Amino acid sequence: MSDQNRLGVFKTYKLYVGGKFPRSESGRVYEVTDSKGQWLANAPQSSRKDARDAVVAARKAFGGWSGATAYNRGQVLYRVAEMLEGRKEQFVREVAASEGLSKSKAAAAVDAAIDRWVWYAGWTDKIGQIAGGANPVAGPYLNLSTPEPTGVVAVLAPQKSSFLGLVSVIAPVIATGNTAVVVASADAPLPALSLGEVLATSDVPGGVVNILSGATAEIAAPLAAHQDVNAIDLTGADAALAKELEIAAADNLKRVLRPPVTRRRPSNEAQSATASSPVDADGASDSEDWSASPGTHRLTAFLETKTVWHPTGALGAAGSSY
Amino acid sequence: MASAFEYAPAPESRSVVDIAPSYGLFIDGEFTEAADGKVFKTVSPSSEEVLSEVAQAGAADVDRAVKAARKAFEKWSALPGSERAKYLFRIARIIQERSRELAVLETLDNGKPIKETRDADLPLVAAHFFYYAGWADKLDHAGYGANPRPLGVAGQVIPWNFPLLMLAWKIAPALATGNTVVLKPAETTPLSALFFADICRQAGLPKGVVNILTGYGDAGEALVTHPDVNKVAFTGSTAVGKAIARSVAGTDKKVTLELGGKGANIVFDDAPIDQAVEGIVTGIFFNQGQVCCAGSRLLVQESVQDEVLDALKRRLSTLRLGDPLDKNTDIGAINSAEQLARITSLVETGEAEGAERWSAPCELPSSGYWFAPTLFTNVTQAHTVARDEIFGPVLSVLSFRTPDEAVAKANNSQYGLSAGIWTEKGSRILAVADKLRAGVVWANTFNKFDPTSPFGGYKESGFGREGGRHGLEAYLDV
Repeated sequence: MSDQNRLGVFKTYKLYVGGKFPRSESGRVYEVTDSKGQWLANAPQSSRKDARDAVVAARKAFGGWSGATAYNRGQVLYRVAEMLEGRKEQFVREVAASEGLSKSKAAAAVDAAIDRWVWYAGWTDKIGQIAGGANPVAGPYLNLSTPEPTGVVAVLAPQKSSFLGLVSVIAPVIATGNTAVVVASADAPLPALSLGEVLATSDVPGGVVNILSGATAEIAAPLAAHQDVNAIDLTGADAALAKELEIAAADNLKRVLRPPVTRRRPSNEAQSATASSPVDADGASDSEDWSASPGTHRLTAFLETKTVWHPTGALGAAGSSY
Repeated sequence: MASAFEYAPAPESRSVVDIAPSYGLFIDGEFTEAADGKVFKTVSPSSEEVLSEVAQAGAADVDRAVKAARKAFEKWSALPGSERAKYLFRIARIIQERSRELAVLETLDNGKPIKETRDADLPLVAAHFFYYAGWADKLDHAGYGANPRPLGVAGQVIPWNFPLLMLAWKIAPALATGNTVVLKPAETTPLSALFFADICRQAGLPKGVVNILTGYGDAGEALVTHPDVNKVAFTGSTAVGKAIARSVAGTDKKVTLELGGKGANIVFDDAPIDQAVEGIVTGIFFNQGQVCCAGSRLLVQESVQDEVLDALKRRLSTLRLGDPLDKNTDIGAINSAEQLARITSLVETGEAEGAERWSAPCELPSSGYWFAPTLFTNVTQAHTVARDEIFGPVLSVLSFRTPDEAVAKANNSQYGLSAGIWTEKGSRILAVADKLRAGVVWANTFNKFDPTSPFGGYKESGFGREGGRHGLEAYLDV
């Protein structure tokens, strides 16, 4: 069936912004190579303007996505897993080439990434019960605390784990109703750009996830300083860049999730971090083991707690014993 | 205004509190002078009388206090939670025993009415310690995993508007989770924190677990930037909060910030008007409006605007402004000359920009810092008085026609700390509360607080929550 002489059809990798697939407005591309330096594709090299366009798209999508029912968001996230399952071969190929992994290790990473969507799909309608609840105030009031999404979150995806790491930082952000502007791994952006094609066919509304490729610092700087971005995940930044971005983020008091190099490791997760796994070596270079059970901290990092009071009134002093 | 019955003076006795002529810094369980010997005076804002002279901490004192807290941390964090709990229960009980003394002290140093310190501040202070005391041996059940660990030394900087209550919000959860603290009260209200140091002594709290540094902003800066501080907790202005957020960049310090607000208090046409008016008054004139979660923007539905404003002005005309120690006083003194100047300047800006000013007809005492309850009408969203936090007894009134417009206007702010909703329609409360981007929403009530209830802001009102189970996270390594 396969024709050894047939010339393959290359894919033009494009950004994913507002549900569409634009090229960079700057017209720039950069060469993406595999781990041995062989050319794979030209990826768009996003500019400051692309970053701003993505923020506008993410803001526009926030009202609808955060207002959707948790059940609905859960089904949409599960749909992403379904779509990925059918395109597994493509992602295994891209991850293997991008990260220099054997086919079996790449397949393990892709499987784990698909399972991660499933994990977070199940969280959408449970996090509210875990992170919120009724508070027994000393007075005649009903008092309820509810977690709500922070808003537009800039996400610097991990540099090494181009797909499992990527999914591990995107899914928890959008599961709770945030919208995301994602900066893909600079050297290995292809799995991220392909993920955009999956999201576009998974009922994820346009603008909920926006994916940019290019030089991390160039794209991240305007996002960290942007007044309409509410939070930033610095996972993909090295220590020096993370510090610089955290300073810029203070200008409108963005919520900052620091990269693992500076963030304290939760003590209850420290033990499991050493467990061996197919992508261990890769995870370690990101100083985060993406194959480990993710816990809830990436969900809660981008949640606000709203507490609502209302008087209960009183029906009478005596009450009822039955 | 003529009234059938005049009020006789009803002052609370000052004799219940004994203020020493001078106080030192409380470091490692001892009162000590500042390294450079500097002192400053604290005055009663209602009379400008000097109450006491307190030590002014500098960087060397901060270092000494952090070292003491670090040394105390090892044993304090290793104590069984049940033992830490009992220390905190002791503190709660001593505060209850000494609450009248502390209420009078707070009123003298802060200028707020005794009615408030007696009925709001002090009961909430004791309740906060009592609440977090109970958490100390139950942290495994708090939802942060098994055996969550404390962070270490907490550097805490608090404001002058609720001096002892803000101290309680900071210290109670920090100690319950096994941290040790260095706390800096505001320079205009140092006394209740120093009395709290004495309560720690009475409770037998180990030395160095709580350290109190009185001083100015430079001491606060030295504290939050100290390399051996693991946790920074700040309540105060958004500008300082941003500076702190910058200063901790690139470190592993955990930060919570409780900053400014410009809360919208939304009154719909079906609201019980008399109750709403009381809520508006509580919202912006409680503690002279010097409250970060104050309902400083009144959003009133156009069809009831005149009715609400008439009733509000009538009510404001009956508020009693004067001696904060008088049990009938509703409006006390502004905390400092500096704050009074800020309020005055923003009100002048409001007038200059074209908003229409109305102030309650009341006589202001000749000494001290005072500002009459004031409201602005003809306010647009672009006006400074509709955007900037005034932190004083000044209400800006805007109107709206539809619930969507009310929500859009309420959310049109850099802040997101509090909001109020007044309507008899339950589904409207829930729909509007859902859309408001604010950390605390009071429906048919306002300015209610409780130790079990998480408090904190969205957007530039800061991050992290204080109070409740949520408040533990800020002091745990999770």
